[in-house]
Amino acid sequence: MSAHLRTPLSKIEGLGSARAGTRHFWHQRMTAVALIPLSIWFVASAIAYVGADQGAVAAYFAEPINAVPMFLFIVASTYHMSLGLQVIIEDYFHNEGQKIVLLLLNRFAAWAIGAASAFALIRMALHP
Amino acid sequence: MADAPNSPGPSSRPFGRPLSPHLQIYRWPITMAASITHRATGMALAAGTLFLSWWLIAAASGPDEYAVFAQAAANPLGQIVLFGFLWSLAFHLLNGIRHLAWDVGYGFKVPTAKLTAALAYVGSVLLAVGAFIVALMVRGGLGT
Repeated sequence: MSAHLRTPLSKIEGLGSARAGTRHFWHQRMTAVALIPLSIWFVASAIAYVGADQGAVAAYFAEPINAVPMFLFIVASTYHMSLGLQVIIEDYFHNEGQKIVLLLLNRFAAWAIGAASAFALIRMALHP
Repeated sequence: MADAPNSPGPSSRPFGRPLSPHLQIYRWPITMAASITHRATGMALAAGTLFLSWWLIAAASGPDEYAVFAQAAANPLGQIVLFGFLWSLAFHLLNGIRHLAWDVGYGFKVPTAKLTAALAYVGSVLLAVGAFIVALMVRGGLGT
């Protein structure tokens, strides 16, 4: 019965009515798993260095062993953030125009915060 | 007679269909509280990324810019914000592990779900307080 209701194209695409399939769900879970060790590492680093003087913080992030996980933390957390806020916007804003504007601002904000953080980090890593 | 706006059950409104009851009519089981807290801490952490960005930009800019950040962080209000960030991260992390367990099919029994929700609350407070105490011992405060 249900076989008659699906077109062959929709069957091979397997993307469903939102045209996105399970990509959003899967990316949110991938970043969640990555953020378990990354956020524990970040909190440990923050506790050790957030109160240190500027030179010590810059020297800490100039080390590749610290700069690389920090870069990964920035990427995973800002992406995870944009996916989570997207669901909240979709849940609570039902006016189509308002929703599209907020979804756009959500992605712009995530990119802006991520890019600004990553640039600052790279600056410390390349100019210790 | 018309029902109150939020009352469940049949009423005299168009089509005669019952409306689902509004949020405020329910008891607050701990599982529901944990779900709402997960979303709320997610939003708090989103705001917290601005402070993360500020920290990195200040550290990359130089001693003067960094002093402005360090002063704000050492302020009592700054310490409260940092503690809130820490607890939000701890709760979102622990409750996120609950979600990942559900995703692979574990922890759905009601007593289990209640227990793990309670563990997320208790564990996150212990982690945040513990981390704050470590910060106090290392630096005399988060960011001082």
